[in-house]
Amino acid sequence: MTTAPAIELKGISKSFGPVQANKDISICVMPGTIHGIIGENGAGKSTLMSILYGFYKADAGEIFIAGQKTTIPDSQAAIAAGIGMVFQHFKLVENFTVLENIVLGAEDSGLLRPSLARARRELKALADEYELNVDPDAVVQDIGVGMQQRVEILKALYRRADILILDEPTGVLTPAEADHLFRILENLKREGKTIILITHKLREIMDATDTVSVMRRGEMTATVKTADTSPAELAELMVGRKVLLQVEKAPAQVGATILDVQNLNVTDNKGVHRVKDVSFNVKAGEILGIAGVSGNGQSELLEVLGGYEKATGQILMNGTPIDLTGAKSDGRSRRARGIAHVPEDRQREGLIMDYQAWENVAFGYHHDPAFQSGMFMNHAAIKADTVEKMARFDVRPPDPRLAAKSFSGGNQQKIVLAREIERNPDLLLIGQPTRGVDIGAIEFIHQQIVALRDQGKAILLVSVELEEILALSDRIAVMFDGRMMGERMPQDTDEKELGMMMAGMTKEDAA
Amino acid sequence: MDLLTILQVLDSTMRLAVPLLLACLAGLYSERAGIFDIGLEGKMLAAAFLSAAVAYTSGSAWVGLGAGIVASLALSAVHGLASITFRGNQLISGVAINFLAAGLTVVVAQSWFGQGGRTPQLAGAARFEPITLPFAEAIRDVAFIGPVYYELISGHTALVYIALLFVPLTWWVMYRTRFGLRLRAVGENPAAVDTAGISVVGLRYVAVLICGVLCGIAGAYLATALQASFVKDMSAGRGFIALAALIFAKWRPWYVLYACLLFGFLQAMALRPDVIESVLSFKVNAQLLDVLPYILTVIILAGFVGKAIPPRAGGEPYVKER
Repeated sequence: MTTAPAIELKGISKSFGPVQANKDISICVMPGTIHGIIGENGAGKSTLMSILYGFYKADAGEIFIAGQKTTIPDSQAAIAAGIGMVFQHFKLVENFTVLENIVLGAEDSGLLRPSLARARRELKALADEYELNVDPDAVVQDIGVGMQQRVEILKALYRRADILILDEPTGVLTPAEADHLFRILENLKREGKTIILITHKLREIMDATDTVSVMRRGEMTATVKTADTSPAELAELMVGRKVLLQVEKAPAQVGATILDVQNLNVTDNKGVHRVKDVSFNVKAGEILGIAGVSGNGQSELLEVLGGYEKATGQILMNGTPIDLTGAKSDGRSRRARGIAHVPEDRQREGLIMDYQAWENVAFGYHHDPAFQSGMFMNHAAIKADTVEKMARFDVRPPDPRLAAKSFSGGNQQKIVLAREIERNPDLLLIGQPTRGVDIGAIEFIHQQIVALRDQGKAILLVSVELEEILALSDRIAVMFDGRMMGERMPQDTDEKELGMMMAGMTKEDAA
Repeated sequence: MDLLTILQVLDSTMRLAVPLLLACLAGLYSERAGIFDIGLEGKMLAAAFLSAAVAYTSGSAWVGLGAGIVASLALSAVHGLASITFRGNQLISGVAINFLAAGLTVVVAQSWFGQGGRTPQLAGAARFEPITLPFAEAIRDVAFIGPVYYELISGHTALVYIALLFVPLTWWVMYRTRFGLRLRAVGENPAAVDTAGISVVGLRYVAVLICGVLCGIAGAYLATALQASFVKDMSAGRGFIALAALIFAKWRPWYVLYACLLFGFLQAMALRPDVIESVLSFKVNAQLLDVLPYILTVIILAGFVGKAIPPRAGGEPYVKER
């Protein structure tokens, strides 16, 4: 006797206007397995799962849950069918307690007290069963992201979900928290739950899943047993061509010190001490990578160096101090000193999304005499310059009149990179260079960063992706809670050690 | 200053606080659900007019109250349609409602009654009469307790007691019921409510309609209990003061009561310059007293009273994201 698949989708299609997000997708997920779905951004993974969770209605196709044909018009129906979803951005009410969040929408009756009491009992049972410990009375905004994610999983289990969909679950977690998550998923699988894991990280697919389906441009290109495949093969299936997973780079030719940061302290406008007594330097011809879980002071560090956050301490650029508090403490004077900045959040700090590409390319450098004609801006010159930059950085489509928001994440990043790198800076600050960027574009961006290094420029790279830090850096520093936990050479360390440092532990602590 | 004077001031504090209290609770339901409502003023005004007009025609204050609630609900429905269904700007919708009510009430009143934009004086059963609570007469002469019970606690109209009952009721609904949990959630993070399989739109409409009912009672109170007719612009900025009180109270029911009593007290003092004179022993300009509640409103809105964190999703239409 064969068991019916937990989920079977047949011929699912969905279009948004002229864009076909899902084309005739069929997939079969067996019960009690962890099924990975991998694909680039915009490949249609999230659309497919949103159809399964009742957020969208498919244009065509059928859904079978445990062998039964099911229609899922809304989230309520998905929950009733035993489907639970953990979104990439948590759907929690921040000023509610854990218990209130779990009960919300699944109350037993009009009065809260009995529902809360039952939830408290069940939560205890679930915690014991699956290693899902949370404090039911903690307020969500006071607990860490790892814990918040566990609350989301508990929410689904409390609603009797048999099928759990997790959308990019490790994006916000430390390596240790991610390991904990995968242990929980293993436990759930052992209890017979079916898990769908959506991710763009090949390593997670290889480590955690039993079966993997690959999506590309709205189509399901393959479904294979994880044991029978390799990261290289999956990457090729995702992108449609061979991809270099390793960044190829020659040994660094390290020169003079370009940036020297001494005893830097940053207190934000809420009075929180964000950066604590940080010192480091970056030399010509090297990439210094700063690893850390987001929110540990790296953002503030970049903001100070980029000129839009005040600080105390000293920063020497090519041996002369830069102004940290006064009139010369702004982005324009930083650029004048040869510092270029690719900010972490390209959509808020790097670009103006409603402005066209050529306007964005001029930003920050709009004082450039080449862009002026008398007292007016020379639009023709800027556009010509933009066309040139777009060609060199392979921005697609190469249309300078297109609004920034109309480009994909990878192409937006290329526009920012082109603007900053083409100014031939002495120091490039680059934050989260490949966040939300497709594998194909990641490769290109990494090559550009290495090429700039090989021209003898200094590069300060901040990333929460440990793999990226390890692949690119010539020297690695780790930040935790605003402090530098130490520096390592990439060849002398590994993810495990860096992961511990990112969680605030040193080797001695772990021993 | 004797006990009787104090009791008189407190008594008028109570009467003047009631419309603020009702409007403020109305705003609490709406804003806790994430719909900002600066149209409280307009809804009160419309309710005041229609309740007075219908009470006069029907001869019953209660029928008038019903009509006032209907008028306010109609404007609430417009606000709901604009800000929930069509995801419009909530401030603009509120402003439009205020203008609409300010103009329309006077025009219609003039057309119906021809008395210069007011309604005829209400008398008898067309107006809410004070209720004397049991034993009020009997214990009137008992020291302290007697006067307090007779002057302050007894002798208000039914609407005053209804308004006061709404405070614990609102607290209970907000913090002890499923509906309250969902209502608070939808004002903080509608996506959480949506993914839990509950209708964001439905919840917000219910909140806006409750707001309409309470504004309706507030308006009817103005025209058929506090005064005895509708006059032009009789809400006199109470809807805005209620909003200030709501911020002052940090969107919490019991604090709403205290904040409204404070504003009511200031308004009561403005009516009794003689009392102030006897306390301060110098003459205070009467106009200055009149503007005190409004000055306090400005001070509160300028953020001098600590940090008030509004519902996080307040003012933003909910659009389902991918």
